[in-house]
Amino acid sequence: MNQAADLAEEMRDGGKVIRLSGSLSVACLHDLPDRLETIEGPVGAIDISGVTHIDTIGAWTVHRTARRLDCVVEGGDEDSRRLVDMLSTLDEPVSIRPDHVSPLTRVVGQIGEAVTTAGSTLLGLLGFFGGTLVASWSLIRNPRRFRINAVVQRFEVVGVSALGIIGLMSFLIGIVIAQQGSVQLRQFGMEMLTINLVGRLTFRELGVLMTAIMVAGRSGSAFAAQLGTMKLTEEVDAMRTIGVSPMEALVLPRTMAVVIMMPLLGFYSSIVAVIGGGFLCAVSLDIPPITFFQRLREVVPITDLWVGLIKAPVFGVIIALAGCFQGMQVEANAEEVGLRTTAAVVQAIFLVIVLDAFFAVFFTWVGWN
Amino acid sequence: MSDEEIREEERVDVAVETSDVAIRVRGLRNSFGSQTVHDDLDLDVRKGEILGVVGGSGTGKSVLMRSIIGLQTPEQGEIHVFGESMIGRLDDEALAVRKRWGVLFQGGALFSTLTVAENVEVPIREYYPNINPRLRDEIAAYKIRMTGLPAEAAPKYPAELSGGMKKRAGLARALALDPDLLFLDEPTAGLDPIGAAAFDDQTRSLQRTLGLTVFLITHDLDTLYSICDRVAVLADKRVIAVGTIDELLATDHPWIQEYFNGPRGRAATAAVTREKGRQQQGAPHAPDGRQ
Repeated sequence: MNQAADLAEEMRDGGKVIRLSGSLSVACLHDLPDRLETIEGPVGAIDISGVTHIDTIGAWTVHRTARRLDCVVEGGDEDSRRLVDMLSTLDEPVSIRPDHVSPLTRVVGQIGEAVTTAGSTLLGLLGFFGGTLVASWSLIRNPRRFRINAVVQRFEVVGVSALGIIGLMSFLIGIVIAQQGSVQLRQFGMEMLTINLVGRLTFRELGVLMTAIMVAGRSGSAFAAQLGTMKLTEEVDAMRTIGVSPMEALVLPRTMAVVIMMPLLGFYSSIVAVIGGGFLCAVSLDIPPITFFQRLREVVPITDLWVGLIKAPVFGVIIALAGCFQGMQVEANAEEVGLRTTAAVVQAIFLVIVLDAFFAVFFTWVGWN
Repeated sequence: MSDEEIREEERVDVAVETSDVAIRVRGLRNSFGSQTVHDDLDLDVRKGEILGVVGGSGTGKSVLMRSIIGLQTPEQGEIHVFGESMIGRLDDEALAVRKRWGVLFQGGALFSTLTVAENVEVPIREYYPNINPRLRDEIAAYKIRMTGLPAEAAPKYPAELSGGMKKRAGLARALALDPDLLFLDEPTAGLDPIGAAAFDDQTRSLQRTLGLTVFLITHDLDTLYSICDRVAVLADKRVIAVGTIDELLATDHPWIQEYFNGPRGRAATAAVTREKGRQQQGAPHAPDGRQ
């Protein structure tokens, strides 16, 4: 049964006959199909009487050779013949993958698709934002439907568990700013200005911005993956049929949690970054902590804090909406969950930075500089 | 005949013809936390038969299948497939046995990023990388046609298929390497009666043509009656009886009686009797089992 398949060509009655022998099963075929392909016609017949065992792959090999050389199959027991006959009834062209298109067409097509996708994503995101507002309004009118537990649970996931990583990151950023700043400022003998740099930069920009990036990576992606998987398993549909609005049950609690957590995390991040800066000043610039904080109070206007705190919830809305929106767009397969999650993070970070630029211009315009 | 007697007969049978056994399970014990699913479970699947496995929900039918194919390591017991022990073998071990079986999971478990035809090609590509790509495509094509899928289904992605088509595509993938042993986990669940009957016919005819051994988990009484050679009943954490349906009906175990003599069971029996009557009147099918 495990004897390797083999072939022999011989002349009989003035015609060529291919004589197959051994086991024509997938495990024993080895290079037989390739060898059969090199045989040129005309061939009168394929004789399978020497075949000890045959499976469908072996039978198919016989059939395709017979078809190519336009010859008959003979010999063999009834079962083998029946197998070959059965397979010949299944012979029809089948395409394995979707049709191939030329590279030029594909590139042009992809560009077009990217443009329309970008446009429709922006529109969709806007529509989703509208949907969230409508849902919030109906929630305000029926406050009893508010899912306090869901929101509080998200507080923990989005906020409390992020404290460690955001703290560490901010502390290190504070140190880096102070260190790089002091190297440059030393050239002018103004090392004391390092304190201005650290204080104003972290409260105004970096604290909230870095937090937004971290939250987008931690929670925005999680939202997209959670909602995407729920879409795939039809949980979202099940919710709808029971009369629970997914907007209310899934999107709003998450959005609310991020919107509330972002200012807190941003403030926390700024404080830790300032401490990091102060730590470096104390260690390498010999500025004692007391002096550092006294000076900080003098040079950082309170408006810097407001700038940061005003931006934070807006960034939160963007992160939560991008995550939930992309999650709700998942259809079809598991790969899409991954793609949508990536898209959620990229869009959130991109939009946050674009908006941050607008905020910078806006706050300068209103005179908070 | 009581269920004990059937089990006794089973043991004697097996002792005589050991080489005729495709799967042998002895003393299997599986538990999750404090809940024991199987305890001292014995089962033999003979070569060339379709063995139906039935049991109430939660009696561990799928767990039994997962134990046999090595997805679940049992706490105790021995499992031999084609004479080779499968306990504690890693995914890349016992390849000689793995090449000889095909598994159809409940939902089809098709790889969602590959087309149906590419799904069928995966086992071929994995185990026989030297088969040339053109032949591989042809093999995938006829396998797909063999399971009754239309040719247009081949370049589609699983997400574009209906539930029944997914099952057929899963079957095509399970059959990719011409296995000797086929595991089917509720193949007809979720199919309409016509589709389910067609799937049963397909399974039966493939089993006959290719000489397959089939381990079939099902809830579908029609499937049991129409295609299974023997039926194993899982209850009380073990296989309480194995035999043809007639043999099972002769036992007095309450669950078996309720299962086969409940309203659905009686309807299925009646359907089979009618079908047999019709076949006897018309042209009878030639017995064409291939062993």
